[in-house]
Amino acid sequence: MVRDTNRHFKFDWITIFLFFLLVGFGWLNILSASHVGTDINYFDLSQPYGKQLVFIFLNLILIVLVLAIDAKFYERFASIIYIISMLSLVGLFIFGKNVNGATSWYGIGSFTIQPSEFAKSAAALAVAKHLSDLNTNIKTFKDQLRTFAIIGIPAVLVLLQNDTGSTIVYGAFIYVLFREGLPKAYLITAFSAIILAILSLKFGFIAASMVALVVVVAMHYFRKKPFRIYQSVFIVIAAIAISFVVKFFYQSILQPHQQDRISLWLRLEKDPAKLEAMKKTFAYNLNESEKAISSGGFTGKGFLEGTRTTGKFVPEQHTDYIFSTVGEEWGFIGCAFVVITFVLLLLRILHLAELQKSQFSRVYGYSVAAIIFIHFFVNIGMVMGLIPTIGIPLPMFSYGGSGLWAFTILLFIFIKLDSNRINEW
Amino acid sequence: MRQLLLFISVISVGILFISRLFYLQIYKTDANNLFEDNAIRKVYDYPKRGFVYDRNGKLLVANQPTYDVMVIPREVKPLDTLEFCKLLKITKEDFVKKYDKAYHYSPRLPSPFVPQLSKEDYAVLQEKMRKFEGFYIQKRSLRDYQTTIGANVLGDIGEVNYATINKNPYYRMGDLIGKQGVEASYEDILRGVKGIKFIQKDRFNRNIGPYKDGKFDTIPEQGKDITITIDAHLQAYGELLMKNKRGGVIALEPKTGEILAMVAAPTYDPNILVGRNRSKNFTKLYNDTIAKPLFNRSLQGVYEPGSPFKLMNALIALQEGVMDENEHVTCYRGYKYGNRFMKCHCNYGTRNDMVSGIQRSCNAYFATAYRKILDKNGSASDGIDVWSKHAKSFGLGNFLNNDLFVGQKGRIPDRDYYKHIYPKTFYSTYTISNAIGQGEVATTPIQLANMAAAIANRGYFYTPHIIKHIEGETLPENFAKPKFTTINREHFEPVIDGMLAVYEKGTASSLRVKDIDICGKTGTVENFIKIDSVKTQLTDHSIFVAFAPKENPKIAIAVFVENGYWGSRFAGKVASLMIEKHIKGEITRTDLEDWLLRHTLEDEYAKPYSGEPFKINGYTTLQTVDEKTYSLLKQKLNQLNNTED
Repeated sequence: MVRDTNRHFKFDWITIFLFFLLVGFGWLNILSASHVGTDINYFDLSQPYGKQLVFIFLNLILIVLVLAIDAKFYERFASIIYIISMLSLVGLFIFGKNVNGATSWYGIGSFTIQPSEFAKSAAALAVAKHLSDLNTNIKTFKDQLRTFAIIGIPAVLVLLQNDTGSTIVYGAFIYVLFREGLPKAYLITAFSAIILAILSLKFGFIAASMVALVVVVAMHYFRKKPFRIYQSVFIVIAAIAISFVVKFFYQSILQPHQQDRISLWLRLEKDPAKLEAMKKTFAYNLNESEKAISSGGFTGKGFLEGTRTTGKFVPEQHTDYIFSTVGEEWGFIGCAFVVITFVLLLLRILHLAELQKSQFSRVYGYSVAAIIFIHFFVNIGMVMGLIPTIGIPLPMFSYGGSGLWAFTILLFIFIKLDSNRINEW
Repeated sequence: MRQLLLFISVISVGILFISRLFYLQIYKTDANNLFEDNAIRKVYDYPKRGFVYDRNGKLLVANQPTYDVMVIPREVKPLDTLEFCKLLKITKEDFVKKYDKAYHYSPRLPSPFVPQLSKEDYAVLQEKMRKFEGFYIQKRSLRDYQTTIGANVLGDIGEVNYATINKNPYYRMGDLIGKQGVEASYEDILRGVKGIKFIQKDRFNRNIGPYKDGKFDTIPEQGKDITITIDAHLQAYGELLMKNKRGGVIALEPKTGEILAMVAAPTYDPNILVGRNRSKNFTKLYNDTIAKPLFNRSLQGVYEPGSPFKLMNALIALQEGVMDENEHVTCYRGYKYGNRFMKCHCNYGTRNDMVSGIQRSCNAYFATAYRKILDKNGSASDGIDVWSKHAKSFGLGNFLNNDLFVGQKGRIPDRDYYKHIYPKTFYSTYTISNAIGQGEVATTPIQLANMAAAIANRGYFYTPHIIKHIEGETLPENFAKPKFTTINREHFEPVIDGMLAVYEKGTASSLRVKDIDICGKTGTVENFIKIDSVKTQLTDHSIFVAFAPKENPKIAIAVFVENGYWGSRFAGKVASLMIEKHIKGEITRTDLEDWLLRHTLEDEYAKPYSGEPFKINGYTTLQTVDEKTYSLLKQKLNQLNNTED
């Protein structure tokens, strides 16, 4: 592909356009979700919409900075960026500020910053750097272990800070590793484990074990290379073990609110009175957000016209539940627009990643797509009640400076790398 | 291949999300109905209900404020039920019952929890109301009756029921609606239109301001005042005279069709159906299936009309030319037809023309007339259709199409009616009882009063109605248009002469009122009920129909007194007194007045329920009220006379 080599035009404008589309539409919805009364002062810094506008302006400077830095810098300094980022996470244990039960913020006056948002970019850089190293072979167990360590360290650190949502995001890297040659077995094992976990929670471990057994027997007959007996026995025992562990994990390790979320999602609670009580407590957000979305209908109630949004029925609506505002005020059309924009953005990034000539850029690009995808899937899925409640923001859309800047850095590093594509070789 | 995994994931999640959105927003949507939206509080502003005045401008019904405690079950938060119950003066069991009932109706729509608090209870409760989420106080206006009379005329308002709410979306749970009387028939006018305010709520159920700056709010439209045709004084007088009797009285103004008085006895004080005791009292009235105080006998009581119907037969005979007013019929203490005999009070061999036939209420005379009408063309079937058509032209046998909430058709039989009873042959003698207003004919007091008005007008009537004036509106044309009967004007004079003779020297000669030419007709009607499925005869009903004065009549009246024995014994007295009251404004026949106050028929009414054999008519003795009751009634009468100005 021949590209205009002029510095000003080599950036992928489609990605940039989709990015700004989401940021702009996101801000309109933050305005809707957070305004009070009818007179709106756009630069009112006491209101989320005013602050977000400032974040967006500062973000423009950030973009220029990210794009101005030489592409080679990111690859060369990936390890250092990673180490600094990890230190910033560790520092939270000492200096961190606790907000809503998670110790994820540094507070400087009224200004707070959430290093875990930036750690995702750092991890992506580090993974890209590691995998693109000529000495690394992902097919070897040693390198797999190293890679998992790079991903695992931030994941565990944020988990210890009680930010479960961010931990789950690191699961996105399985897409990246698989793309780069991680054996299928990992994927199958991970996928089977998730299915088994759900089955055993929903129907009990006996049912889960029976399903595992049936699958193994089926595999035995239909596979080109049948399992050996000890393999089959191992798999079934592993399945039973997983079931037990999951049950134990669910009942003894998970915090009550997490248990409740899973129980609601899997419809484990049958008593209508308790279900009704759930709707008033921890399921309140979900219930209200689903209602808000539902009430939007096909065309929505119109910008600033959502009665549930105006009445602040959905808590955290300008942050994690921002999609419910889209649902109520812009209806099916607006929601479909957002979903399609995200899908287009992701596909564009994937497409660009595949075009990269350097493995570093490709792995990084893939990581960007995977991280944004997991956020997109988990956040919108949660708001619409498809998956259990997990508190992570909708990229580019939700209110929050750290989140916006982190995603900007994440994405624009890739845009910079992509612009440098023809200079590779 | 490995490149495709994330690609496929992205596409699948996109499709999954759009399907979910489709389900939530298009398939399952509850989009955009302000009334269904629980983020919007609907606050109703109830307008003033119109006042009701009598024909002389006397205020009969006004309003008083009242406060309902309403509940929206879904918004109720755990509360101190003990304190709440104490404030509302209910028990914990009541609380649970009421809550369940409200929840059952709808968890998200308001239901009345405790209706109609007193001002004092409201004052105490109002202070603490904010502690009880999901409950609020709705101000409404209740009726404030300025009088104790006319319960059957004025009616009452009560909480609207499910059936009405389902039929008419205007009404919401807990709204008040006219249930009886003019409250019901003029509900739309008296009610006005309630206003509604849409208020944006937040998730803590707090009001945060008008929805869209009140763009959809409406202001209430005040109910209109109405003036009814009732003369409150005459009404009160009639009710007093009918105390301790059962029956109905209708007094009309012949030249307009306006209802001057509409008495149903027994009645009750309309004030007992106001406020928190309404349902208790209503149940009590409703469950009284013997005296039936809620049964408006003047409109719904269907009785055989008896002798007053002879007037109708006289008119038809004249119109059809089958009898001449001077034609004589000889009465042999009765009328023989075939081998059967209809008795009469006339002396043996009395020769009656039309005037004396009416004056003496001669059965033989009217049996003859009736048979001549039916046999005019040789076919009794044709004859009865002609007869029926004439009678129906007086508004008998059908609804009067008036503005009263209840009514009965009564019955004027015709060929079709008898076809089922006498499928093969039909002769005039079969239905000879109709000649004297018994048998198959049946009328309500208002129909008979209307017949009297038509006779008074010499051939036409105005539909009897109760509305005189509506604030800022004109009355329906129907009420201002005379309805002509099928009887020519000249045929009325002999009948009216006969009616005058009833007073001058006939069956009502004892009821004469000085200086007023009253034309009347007594009636005495046999009646039966079934006791343990045995048809048992009760003491005759006392019936009276009259109008006065003879020239330029001012009032037409029909009085039914159940089991009052003969026409002039009870009904005639009531009619004479009410006529005198209306025309003169004062009473000279205080002897009649006194007699009516002193006598009661309660014994008579108790007989069929005593379970013992009893005697009727001639074998009964008159029962008087005790001194205390009498003096109480007398006192009321004095009060009534004193308020007259």
